[in-house]
Amino acid sequence: MKNAETNARSDPAADLPADDRPADRAQPAAQEAGNVADGVVGNDVRKGRRNGRWSGYRHLLWARVLELKREPEVVFWVFIFPLLLAAGLGIAFRSKPAEVPSVVIVDNAGAQKTLGMLQGASDRSSGDKKSSVRATILERDAALKAFHFGKYDLAIEANQDGSYTFYYDPARPESVLSRAEIDAALQAAAGRKDAVATSSQSSSEPGSRYIDFLIPGLLGMNLMNSGMWGVGFALVEMRQRKLLKRFVATPMRRSDFLLALTSSRLVLMVIEVGLLLGFGVLVFHMRVQGSILSVILLGSLGAVAFGGVGLLTACRAQKIESVSGLINLVMMPMWIFSGVFFSYQRFPAIAHPFIKALPLTALNDALRATILEGASLGSQSGRLLVLAIWGGVSFVLALRWFRWT
Amino acid sequence: MPFVGSPIECTNLRKTYDGKVEAVRGLSLSIEAGECFGLLGPNGAGKTTTIEILEGLLAPTSGEVRVFGQTWNDNPRQLREWIGISLQETRLSEKLTVRETIELFASFYSEPRPADEVLQELELTEKADAWVGKLSGGQKQRLAVATALVGNPRILFLDEPTTGLDPQSRRQLWDIVRAFQKKGGTVLLTTHYMDEAERLCDRLAIVDHGQIIAEGSPNELIDRLGGHHVVEFQVNGSGKDADGNGEAGLDRWRSLPSVESVRREDATICVSVREPHLTIPALLDAVTKQGHQLEHLSTRQASLEDVFVQLTGRHLRED
Repeated sequence: MKNAETNARSDPAADLPADDRPADRAQPAAQEAGNVADGVVGNDVRKGRRNGRWSGYRHLLWARVLELKREPEVVFWVFIFPLLLAAGLGIAFRSKPAEVPSVVIVDNAGAQKTLGMLQGASDRSSGDKKSSVRATILERDAALKAFHFGKYDLAIEANQDGSYTFYYDPARPESVLSRAEIDAALQAAAGRKDAVATSSQSSSEPGSRYIDFLIPGLLGMNLMNSGMWGVGFALVEMRQRKLLKRFVATPMRRSDFLLALTSSRLVLMVIEVGLLLGFGVLVFHMRVQGSILSVILLGSLGAVAFGGVGLLTACRAQKIESVSGLINLVMMPMWIFSGVFFSYQRFPAIAHPFIKALPLTALNDALRATILEGASLGSQSGRLLVLAIWGGVSFVLALRWFRWT
Repeated sequence: MPFVGSPIECTNLRKTYDGKVEAVRGLSLSIEAGECFGLLGPNGAGKTTTIEILEGLLAPTSGEVRVFGQTWNDNPRQLREWIGISLQETRLSEKLTVRETIELFASFYSEPRPADEVLQELELTEKADAWVGKLSGGQKQRLAVATALVGNPRILFLDEPTTGLDPQSRRQLWDIVRAFQKKGGTVLLTTHYMDEAERLCDRLAIVDHGQIIAEGSPNELIDRLGGHHVVEFQVNGSGKDADGNGEAGLDRWRSLPSVESVRREDATICVSVREPHLTIPALLDAVTKQGHQLEHLSTRQASLEDVFVQLTGRHLRED
């Protein structure tokens, strides 16, 4: 059967003596092995092999995965760095009791009395807890200076007529808060009665903390980073090494190559998602509300979309220096606007439609809705569409403009 | 359905970069099946542009290319199955092993050769599991040729295959090329080493400024010099024309028996001669008669370098 195939194809070397033709030397062994050899999986590098349609794609994908695995920097930036970032930010912004107001009292005749009133007030309100106000008495200049440098949240001066003057900074939330608290404490100590009885119930359940907001955002950002660098940078490096040119000098299908490069991202994506979510669950007791399958599907869409954007970014660049700049330029707006570290609701409402049209915003919103609220993918078709359009359009444009040499 | 005709043909190729730089200016070639054809010329002569046009990697500005009778627009994938290419400079992925690299390239061809066979043929078996980044220059170049051979090609294109290699690695590569040719393969290579062209090529074209200035077998080209031998000598005295060192003085050497041509390189006079045993006694007589003394005298076989110098007035490698 193999002989028949060899002879049947149009063979420009067919007029050469059969013994001299390299292809023929493999024939007898292949025939002996017969159908048995054909059935052996993974033995395809033996004699007389014929490659199937997807052979090139599989080898390109595997080569890419091997290369990534053997690159220690990739392992660090893709896998370790996001975990460090999550750990650092999770600890820095962990949920903790509100800061105790820290106030300075200007040293004058009324200073000691003021201090007494504040301490008395905090004793009453906090019961057996530690003092809820930290107060110090300092000379007027020193007190105001310390306040201005942010050492204290509030400065208090007792006036001769029995009134008080507060020095506070309206731009500092803790200063504003302290003014209200100290005012209430002084009024209470001076005998003001509460008009209505109030009670509070505290809530800091997993799901509403900063770390819960952060982890899906980091996941989205990581998918963007590694998609852009993993595809864009790798591509330009191969172009610069003339490896792309060498590849297109073979019968390799160009689409197979681009597909392999993009889909190698999917392999990494599963690991990235697993690591970050696992870290959040184990270390910060995060709860994943949606199904893991939905998260993986979302991650796949995100990885492929950013793979497409990476491809487009790198479709012409000849030097890694120039593509590095381009990649940063493309990613910068999304770092800022797409709600990785803080909600984009902080930007003026007029900007929201533009922000929501960014692929990272769509990905982050979808990841948060799925992970934190358990939203189904079906309910987020708009966000999925944004991602699909970015990925699809980039891929098509990249193919059209692509420079192989 | 055997193919009859020249595996590679091109007519009147031109390539202009950015509408300004003319890299190739009207170049025509016809390469026969089973021969090793060389493009010999200095750096910047247009050799790489020419070979990349023939490989279908560059489009010519004008002119026609046919490989096995087909143009690169007809069926490029089929043509790529039949040719193997080693580019002038490819840095293969450093973190893949030699075997992984060869198997990757094998996977692109519909009927590749077994990787082990190619590894053995190119003496890379010992390095099969080494990372590409750890190979020596010669090993890297052999691997580059291995990626070209693993597709079982009919034509092998090699662009400057031995540039920068040590003598032993060069000879190893020459053996590989000869072995491929022995099995019926056709080879097209570029080089700026005249010894490589002389030893390896059946025919060659000398390329300068994007044009072929001479074409033929190495022996034919050297024949065109007239003499197969070169006599080089210096005479003492620093005076110019009076000593026969100046341009006008060259004529007196031209009249010696069996001399075909004379040229001067610095203080040395180079004479192309057919039969040194006739020329040298007469030369010694002439020097004595003029009252000079020989300071240096040597004879050697004429080389392609002499052909190039005669055609262009320059050396292949201007170091």
